[in-house]
This record gives sequence, C-alpha cells and structure tokens, in this order.
Amino acid sequence: MAQDVLAIAEQTNGVFRKVTYEVLSESRRIADSLDCDLTALVMGSNMENVSKELGQYGADNIIVAENPALYEHVADAYTNVIADFVIKEAPAVVVIGATTHGKDVSARLAARLNAPLAMDCVAIRFDEKGLIASRQMYGGKVLTDVLLEGSPQIIALRPNAMAIANVERASSIEKVDVNVGKTNVQFIEKRLDTTKVELTEADSIVTGGRGMGGADFSLIEALAKLLDGAVGASRSAVDEGWRPSSDQVGQTGKVVSPNLYIACGVSGAIQHLAGMSSSKVIVAINKDPDAPIFSKADYGIEGDLFEILPLIIEEVKKIKGEN
Amino acid sequence: MEIIVLLKQVPATESLIRIDDDGASIKTDDIKWVVNPYDEFAVEEALRIKEAHGGSVTIVSVGPEKASEAIRTALAMGADKGVLITDPGVSDFDSLIVSRILAGALKEIPFDLIIAGHRSVDKDNSQVGPATAELLNIPHISMVIKQDITDSKIRCHKTVEGGTVVLEMSLPALITTQRGLNEPRYASLPGIMKAKKKPIDVKTIMDSGFDGDPIGESMVKTIVMKPPRERKDGIMIKGDSNLAKAAELVRILHEEAKVL
Ligand SMILES: Cc1cc2nc3c(=O)[nH]c(=O)nc-3n(C[C@H](O)[C@H](O)[C@H](O)COP(=O)(O)OP(=O)(O)OC[C@H]3O[C@@H](n4cnc5c(N)ncnc54)[C@H](O)[C@@H]3O)c2cc1C
Ligand SMILES: Nc1ncnc2c1ncn2[C@@H]1O[C@H](COP(=O)(O)O)[C@@H](O)[C@H]1O
Repeated sequence: MAQDVLAIAEQTNGVFRKVTYEVLSESRRIADSLDCDLTALVMGSNMENVSKELGQYGADNIIVAENPALYEHVADAYTNVIADFVIKEAPAVVVIGATTHGKDVSARLAARLNAPLAMDCVAIRFDEKGLIASRQMYGGKVLTDVLLEGSPQIIALRPNAMAIANVERASSIEKVDVNVGKTNVQFIEKRLDTTKVELTEADSIVTGGRGMGGADFSLIEALAKLLDGAVGASRSAVDEGWRPSSDQVGQTGKVVSPNLYIACGVSGAIQHLAGMSSSKVIVAINKDPDAPIFSKADYGIEGDLFEILPLIIEEVKKIKGEN
Repeated sequence: MEIIVLLKQVPATESLIRIDDDGASIKTDDIKWVVNPYDEFAVEEALRIKEAHGGSVTIVSVGPEKASEAIRTALAMGADKGVLITDPGVSDFDSLIVSRILAGALKEIPFDLIIAGHRSVDKDNSQVGPATAELLNIPHISMVIKQDITDSKIRCHKTVEGGTVVLEMSLPALITTQRGLNEPRYASLPGIMKAKKKPIDVKTIMDSGFDGDPIGESMVKTIVMKPPRERKDGIMIKGDSNLAKAAELVRILHEEAKVL
C-alpha cells in the first residue's frame, strides 16, 4: 500500500465510533484525489465481523489488528501498532479522528515518525501545492490553512466536521496478529454512561446557561431528547454546580460542531463561543435583546426561555409526529 | 518530587485577533498576553503535589522574551524557578519543533513528573504534551481531572467521550490537564513580591540542551489565515406571541435550514 491513504478506525467496546465513518469517508475523498487505494486499520479484540462494514464507506482493504491489549484505548500500545504498520506499508497520508484518544495517538505518532500532523481539521482540499488542511485557531477566531511537508502526512479530523458518504467497495479483509510492544500505561477501569449522547458527536445540542436560574434542566433535557441530541452547559452553569463539567462547552470545555446548537440563557461570552462557533446552525434564546450571542446566531428569539422552550418542544413534536 | 510545568504565553481570549497583511500570521501589537488557561491548571496541580510530597516546581517555556511575564505569574502563584528558551523565530515553529526543544531542555533538568496543558488556546493543537513525552520516551496520560501519586506511580482519572477512564503509569511520566482538575489560585501580593527574586534562566535554543542541529524546518506550514465564515446576519424571529415565534423557528429549522 505504499503511497496510499491509511484510515485509522476507532472503536469503543467493540463498536465503531461515529468519527470512524467520517474518517473513512474523508479518506475516500482524499484517495480519489490522489488516485490511490484506501486501507482501513482496525485495532481491537474480536473486531473482524463488524469491520466488514467499512467497505461501505470506501475502504479498498481492511486490516484488522487483533490483540486483547487493544480492547481499551491505551495510547502507547496503539502508537506502537500504528507506527509499525506505517513504517512497513509507507502510506502517503494517515487519517485519524481527533477524539481524546486520536489526539494522543496522532501526537505521539508524529513525534515518533518525525512526520507533520494537522490536528483537529475541519476541512481538507487539494490545490497545486498538494493537500491543504483547514483548522481553527484562536478559539475559532481564525481559520488556518496548512500545508504538510514530510511523510506521511498525518491528519486528525475534528469529530462531526466531515460528511459521511456511502461508497461501496469490494474490499478485502485481512486479520493480522500484532505485537503491541512495550506499554507503560496500565488500564485500570472505565466508567462510561452509554445512555448519554456524547457532546462532540451529537447532531444537535441544547445548552443551558446561567439564565436557567437553577439546576432544573428538565426543559433542556426534554428538547435534547426529542432531537436525539446532547445537553450542553456554559461554564457558569457548571460553576453553579447545576451541571457536571463534562457538559461544559467552550474554551476550557468541549469543542463541538453539531448541525444544530440551541443556546438558552447563554450570554455568548467569547470563551463560550470558542467551543461552539463551528456549529452549522446556531439558535439563541435570550431575554436580553443585546446579548452578544445573537450576533453569532443564525436565528434568535428574544424572550423568556421558560415560556419559549415548552412551545418549541410542542412544535417539534408536531413535526416529528408528521414524519 | 521534581515537577516540571510546560507553560505557554498566549493571547487573552478577549483580545481582538487581527490577521496581518502577510495573510499568514496575526497582528501582535495590541494583544494582551496571559498564561494559557490549561497551563494555570498545570501550575496549580504542580503546587498541590509539591505541598503534599515536597520537592520543587520548575516552569519551562519556549517563547519570545516577553513570555518571561507568564513565567513570572507562575512564580507568583508559588512555583520555584523558571526556564525560558527563546528564539526570534519561535512564533513560526510548529508543535513538533517546540516539543523537540522542550525534550532537549528536559534532558538536562531532572524530573519525576511533567505537567502540560491539554491544549494551547492559540494554536489549539493538543500536541506538545504527548509529543514531548514521546520524545523523552516516557508515558503520558492526557486530560486528567484527578490524580494520586503513591510509590512512584501516578494513577489518573481522565475524561473521554462519554465518561472517565482510570489509568496508571510509573514515574517519570507526563500528564496533561483538563478543567475539573482544580481551581487555580490567584497570585497573592506577597507571592508577587517573592516572585521578583525567583530565578528565570533565559537560554537560547542551542544552549538549552537541544541536540538536533539544525532545528529543522517546520513541517506544518501556514499558508493562509482567514476569518471564520460570517454568519449571514442573524435573523431575529418575529411574531405576535411566543407561540408564533416558536412555531416560526421550528418551521425554519425544519423547512429551510433542514436541521430538524
Ligand atoms: C479562562 C476562562 C475560561 C473560560 N472558559 C469557558 C468555557 O469553556 N465555557 C463557557 O461557557 N464559559 C467560559 N468562561 C466564562 C465566560 O467568560 C462567561 O462567564 C460564561 O460563559 C457566562 O455564562 P452564561 O452565558 O451562562 O452566563 P451569563 O453571562 O450570566 O448570561 C446569562 C444569560 O441568560 C440570559 N437570561 C437570564 N434569564 C433568562 C431567561 N429566563 N430566559 C432567557 N434568557 C435569560 C441573560 O440575558 C444572559 O444573557 C471562561 C472564562 C475564563 C476567564
Ligand atoms: N511554546 C511552549 N512552551 C512551553 N510549553 C508549551 C509550548 N507550547 C505548548 N506547550 C505545552 O503544551 C500544551 C499543549 O499545547 P498545544 O500542543 O500547542 O495545544 C500547552 O498547554 C503547554 O503546556
């Protein structure tokens, strides 16, 4: 696969994360531009069966690296396996999701291979210079296009930023045993709430700020649930103890890019905007007509969120009922 | 416990960021510079570990001479000493070069634990911590919200998508910080006075322990910087009643924006 594109799949508990399909889809577009093959590398334990489906997202070859030590995300084990694979196969481009785990692995991989890495990219294009990656800087105040000189070019994609495309390929699948090498980080335990939609992967996010006035987020939760979305919070809402810090969106919280972001009782401080400005459609509900959030929103409603949210919920129910 | 904090000076988030005439850098004249917020968590955690286990806290930064102000802030919070590695071209270095410079310097400074921020809020790269650990051939755990050190091992809770994971590694090691780890203290007035007498060792790259010669070119090249996509003037939804406004919003989201 020398000079091909290598896409790194990510799984949790044996199930692919959504970003895996985004990584595959974008890798397919890159492989088409470069006129080369796309290989997907799956790492984990007992992944062979589920891995076949990656052929539907454009993989020409699927390599399943099996090892029980890869069931959990331990950055050094993953870095060892990917680095060995890259050295052996010499892909031109390596694409990975910029998840918590993907960021760790890509940063170590770039250092080990002395290769260029564009982190948290929101768009990829080609021009006469070659592959150009766009990424946000300064909390979303600047969009920077970077060129990667060196090999392989490592690209970590921001979750939710790239479109998923179904491109059926007659792909081959190969299971390989791998040596995870020396790992210095030991997995102890994990606590995942699988009932909760992850903010960074959610299509819709409904966020409550200090305007919620208290820990009762039931209106926000009801709308989020109706939209199959996630609940977000401003830092003030977290500081008040109304929400856990894992809900915080912003400069010192999560950076999200859902299709729909609904900010309720959030003033729109620059540190909040830093976390959600790459959302596709932004809606703000605020009783202060001069709240800065309105200047960053696509649609705004001036009014009391406690009066407006129940009405929105009813209207959305009507639409959902129709479909 | 010898603790190193990797600290970067960054523009305060309130600063207006203007793109320079070259189209590939930002204007720096009227920016207010501060300690990267994630690195404040790092300084605070280092001080707490020192308070519990003894030892010292050394701040290491790669930056322009002005970055000594940020180091001084950390010294005023209670850190013991600072090292500034400075170079005129520093703002053009990519993350891997910065990591190589840091790793070079840290080969000369004994340490048990390195604490870095999860990301710098200017480059937003989340790279320098793990890359520096890789170059030093030590393990790392990122996005830590809780840590315990016993018998030269560090056990950390880190946030991941959908929850938390507990991991453990032997020292020497590197961790990166995340909000939730602690609330950074403010520098007290006596702290500020004391910080004036604390040493900051200012070095050039070549006398900082850097063994790559030459530094090498950045492999990640900025071609152009652009302002983000403007949202076409936000539409305020009009209506005679809240019900009319809510219905109109939902109609637009469904029929026009097609996000419902
Ligand atoms: C280093 C640093 C990092 C930070 N990181 C983050 C971060 O990651 N995320 C973050 O969010 N913030 C962050 N902040 C804090 C940020 O500066 C703001 O203080 C915070 O975002 C404000 O939260 P808020 O909008 O909920 O509250 P406020 O600014 O108090 O706004 C509340 C809004 O609710 C409206 N309101 C009140 N009642 C109602 C009602 N009944 N109906 C409708 N509207 C109503 C008000 O008009 C007001 O606009 C950070 C700050 C610093 C210094
Ligand atoms: N120039 C630098 N000097 C010292 N530490 C740095 C520097 N750049 C980045 N770091 C550290 O690495 C972390 C992540 O930065 P970044 O990879 O740029 O997002 C920061 O929070 C700092 O702890």
